[in-house]
Amino acid sequence: MNADSPERAPSDREPREYDDIPGTYVFDGQHSRLGYALNMFCMSLNEADNRDAFAADPGGYLDRFDLTAEQRAAIEERKWLEMLQLGGNIYYTFKLAIFDGLSMQQVGASMSGVTFEEFSQMMIDGGRSADGNRYQHEWDGN
Amino acid sequence: MAEIIAGVGTSHVPAVGAAIDHAKGDQPYWAPFFDKIAPAREWMAQAKPDVCIVVFNDHASAFSLELIPTFALGVAQTFQPADEGYGPRGVPAAEGHPQLAWHLAESLILDEFDITIANKMPIDHGCTVPLSVMYDQPEAWPCKVIPLCVNVIQYPAPTGNRCYNLGKAIRRAIDSWPGDERVAILGTGGMSHQLQGERAGLVNVDFDLAFMDRLVSDPAGQAQVDHTEYLREAGSEGIELVMWLIMRGALDEQVREVYRAHHVPTSNTSNGLIILENAANDPITAPLTEAA
Ligand SMILES: [Fe+2]
Repeated sequence: MNADSPERAPSDREPREYDDIPGTYVFDGQHSRLGYALNMFCMSLNEADNRDAFAADPGGYLDRFDLTAEQRAAIEERKWLEMLQLGGNIYYTFKLAIFDGLSMQQVGASMSGVTFEEFSQMMIDGGRSADGNRYQHEWDGN
Repeated sequence: MAEIIAGVGTSHVPAVGAAIDHAKGDQPYWAPFFDKIAPAREWMAQAKPDVCIVVFNDHASAFSLELIPTFALGVAQTFQPADEGYGPRGVPAAEGHPQLAWHLAESLILDEFDITIANKMPIDHGCTVPLSVMYDQPEAWPCKVIPLCVNVIQYPAPTGNRCYNLGKAIRRAIDSWPGDERVAILGTGGMSHQLQGERAGLVNVDFDLAFMDRLVSDPAGQAQVDHTEYLREAGSEGIELVMWLIMRGALDEQVREVYRAHHVPTSNTSNGLIILENAANDPITAPLTEAA
C-alpha cells in the first residue's frame, strides 16, 4: 500500500499563493505524488483491452494498482470530488467518467454539488462568475 | 526561405470535435458557435498554409505521469489520432513534415530551448480539434502538421514568458529554413475554464477579452502574468492560454487582428478564436465579418 497520507493540505511543503483559490485542486508535485497510482489506473483505460478487463472484473483490475483504501473506495463509489482530493487530476479521472458514459458536465455537476440540469443551465447562462469565487474567504461564512 | 504567414489562437474543446464528428452543427446549442467560426474557416481556405505548427497540450493521451516533457516536438512522418477512452476520433491522421520538424528541433536546442523530440506521439483533441475548427471535415488535412506539445496539466506549466520566447525561437528557426513553405502557427487551448472541483464551470469573459487585446498589443506584458493569476482568474484549466503566447512570439511585434470570435459556452468552456497576421505584410483575405 501507498505509505503517503491521503489527507489534503500536505504538511511537507510550504504554503502556496494558489492555496486560497476555493474549490480548486492545483495538480502540483505534492498532489501528483499522492495521486500517482489513482491517475495511472485512470490512464490505463485509454486502452480498449484494459477497458474490457476492468468491465469484466472491476475488483481484480483495481488490484493491479497500488491504491490506498480511500482511493479505491472513491473509485468504486465514483466520488468524483473525493478522487481529486486524494490526488486525482481531472483529465485522468475523466477517463473513468468516459468509461461510465458520463459527460464533463455531469462530472462537473457532481463535483460542485448540483444537478446536471442546474450545472448545464449555469453554463448556458454564462458560467460560474469569477466574482465571489476568487478567494477562499469569499466562500467562508456563507 | 520559409515564412510564418499567420498565427491562430483557438480553444480545443472536445465537445466541439464531437459536434463536428456527429453533425450537430445545426442544433440550436451549436449553431451560434459555428456561425462565429465560419469566417475563420473561410480565411483558412484562402490562406492555405503548407504547414501548421500546432501548439497544444496532451490530456493524458500520449504522455502519462510516467514522463512529463515540458515541450515535446513531433518529428514523425504521421501522427495518429489518440484513443482518449472512446476509441480514436474518426479524423484523418496528420501528415508530419519530418525535415522541417528536425530543423526546428536542431535550431531550438542550439538556441537553448531544450525540447523533447517525439518520434511517436498520438495526437488527442488538443491537436485534432483545432484542425477540425479550421478545416471542418476534409478527407485528409490540407496541410502538413508539426505538433508541439506543452505540459500544462502537471503544475508548473512553463511560464508565459518562456512560452513567448519559445515562439520567438520558432520564428528564428522558420526564418532560417531554406524551403519555401508557408507556415501558420496555431496556439490552442483555453479560454477561461475550470473542469475540476467545487468551482467547476468558472468562466471569466472579461479576462478572456483582455487577454486577446493584450495578445495583440502588449504580448510582452501579458507574458509577465503569473500562473496564480491564470488559475484564479481564468480557472485551473485556463492556464492553457500560455500556449497562445508561443504562437504570438512567432509573429512580428506589430500584428493585424483579422478576426476574433468569442462564445460561451461550449461544454464547460469559454471559447475563443483569433487570427493574427504580420502587420507589415499584405492582408491574406478581404476583411472578414461574422455572418449576420
Ligand atoms: Fe486542453
